[in-house]
Amino acid sequence: MKVAIIGATSAIAEAAARRFAAEGATIFLAARDQAKLRVVADDLRARGAADVITHTADFAEVAKHDAIVRAAGKVDVVLIAYGTLPDPKAIETDPAAQIAAFELNATSVISMASRFANALEEQRSGTLAVIGSVAGDRGRRSNYVYGAAKAAVHAWCDGARGRLRRKGVAVALIKPGWVSTPMTAHMRRNPLFATADSAGAAVHDAIARKRRVAYVPSWWSLVSLVVRVVPSAILDRLPL
Amino acid sequence: MERYPSWGRSIRSNPAAVVELRWRDAFPRLDEFPAPFLPRGCGRSYGDSCLNNGGTLLDATPMSHLIRFDRDRGVVECEAGVTISELLKVIVPAGWFIAVSPGTKFVTLGGSIANDVHGKNHHRAGTFGRHVLSFTLHRSDGTSLRCSAAENGELFAATIGGLGLTGVITTVELQLKRITSTDIASDQIVFASLDEWDELSRASDQTFEYTVAWFDSNRSPTRGIFFRGNHAEGGRSAGVSGAVRLPLRPFSIFLGSAAMRAFNEAYFRANAWREGVRRVGFDPFFYPLDAIANWNALYGRSGLVQYQCVIPAGVGLAPVRELLARVTRVPSFLTVLKRFGSLTSPGMMSFPKEGVTLALDFPAANRDLLPMLDDLDAIVADCGGAVYPAKDARMSPKSFARFFPQWREFRRYIDPRFSSSFWQRVTYSLG
Repeated sequence: MKVAIIGATSAIAEAAARRFAAEGATIFLAARDQAKLRVVADDLRARGAADVITHTADFAEVAKHDAIVRAAGKVDVVLIAYGTLPDPKAIETDPAAQIAAFELNATSVISMASRFANALEEQRSGTLAVIGSVAGDRGRRSNYVYGAAKAAVHAWCDGARGRLRRKGVAVALIKPGWVSTPMTAHMRRNPLFATADSAGAAVHDAIARKRRVAYVPSWWSLVSLVVRVVPSAILDRLPL
Repeated sequence: MERYPSWGRSIRSNPAAVVELRWRDAFPRLDEFPAPFLPRGCGRSYGDSCLNNGGTLLDATPMSHLIRFDRDRGVVECEAGVTISELLKVIVPAGWFIAVSPGTKFVTLGGSIANDVHGKNHHRAGTFGRHVLSFTLHRSDGTSLRCSAAENGELFAATIGGLGLTGVITTVELQLKRITSTDIASDQIVFASLDEWDELSRASDQTFEYTVAWFDSNRSPTRGIFFRGNHAEGGRSAGVSGAVRLPLRPFSIFLGSAAMRAFNEAYFRANAWREGVRRVGFDPFFYPLDAIANWNALYGRSGLVQYQCVIPAGVGLAPVRELLARVTRVPSFLTVLKRFGSLTSPGMMSFPKEGVTLALDFPAANRDLLPMLDDLDAIVADCGGAVYPAKDARMSPKSFARFFPQWREFRRYIDPRFSSSFWQRVTYSLG
């Protein structure tokens, strides 16, 4: 089995990758930071990966996405795991910062996903897994820029899933809630935070079981259900 | 609830800040955080050696990458935040095992070095530190030092058993031991007195790699179960098992001495019934308590205090007898006896030494506990023994200085910006 992980130094992606490595998979890793990439690659080799190939790239540069897909070659699983969680307060009144965050979390991710979708469609097999977020289920005052980008990714995945299913390609949208990772390091942690390791295990599981949509941990689906049906008149007044 | 408690939960403490370490070569700038600093692993130390009240904890658990695993020579190099549990998942299927394992696998390798942990095979393998080929130590001045017996030997010795005070251990290189089965050929035997234990343990240490005894100290005449085992040869392989978590908020159901006696009675009967030779997976043999992820919650809100001491060889069993006689005032929930062998540790502050180690678990709530433990300290110090800092929440500075007279020499190797709640408690008044 060959797995491509795009955004391989993300804590959740890494935890998922360790499980693929333990199964003896060949793993293609793409990330921006070469030194960190090497640390991850060594780790996966020591854990039993058949082979690990690394590729350094800045995903904000959409023009370079084709080269990443080419470098990955024929793969069975693609996991797109990169993103950024901007400080909502800091970007609230800064349109340029909002656009930059949206471009990385939505435009770039859709660019990457659509290119891999084409490749998988052509080979008529494989799973395309994308990490979304519960934030994409409803715009909330606390992080609606991030939420808007994730909502775009959600809609894209839902549509692409319908398109690709007839070609034998599965699309898995993984929606983590709060996870203890460097991305959330500035947030006040509470007991509802999942560990990156358990989130990675859930990602691996969602891919193995060809889940369409997977909340991580699964109880977030209930929270999300409530958040989605709360009338706007009430939601506007909640500090969520 | 505190996010960073110690395992015994008998001491309330909160760090001013917590920094998560994730990339060994890209350390966050520590200047922005309040000193002193203390590396933190899984927080399985019982008292306050893993606490840093008012300072900054450096959480090493995200630093969990393997670096290199030589499957032919059984040498693994990995980051210090890797837990024994994680390591076993990788090395056991390849036919290797950790050379020394403590009673829980939910500890980091960095923590295992910092406390120079020991296991049921101390009489054969010595402490964990003996199997550490090298490690990297990151100091607060920004330097990273490779330490081994041959290179930076003094820091190597100071860091093994150095309670995390000499800097952050970032990488660890370990020598593993070969196994041909994941099982243990185990044997358990009932004994009825300390003398019987003595005889049994001397004989068993000759032929068994792993030995330990559970002791019912609440009963007169006393009794216990002796556990011994060797790695099995060939055959089936059980997987690595997980743990259940009790749906418990810390509350006390086991605090009364009646409940304590009932538990020990039940434990004795359950094990006496299974007396004899069996083949078991390594998990239940090495890590029986890991089956319940939060067993410490059974001790209630005020937590537990563990007292582990070593009585040196050459003074006989009299001090052990004296300790056990004193303990009847506040009964011990779980009492464990083990003979330490003569293999010495490279660690300057290492706790184990040749002799007998006794571990006692008490609910912290009992008012008579602390005076009684002070009495035990006197017995231990008088015969040249020591109390294990990793378990300690209460020893006096005076007792500490008697147990570890080498502490003044050790102090020279402490990172000037590092400390811990334990270290402040036991040394700051000594000057």
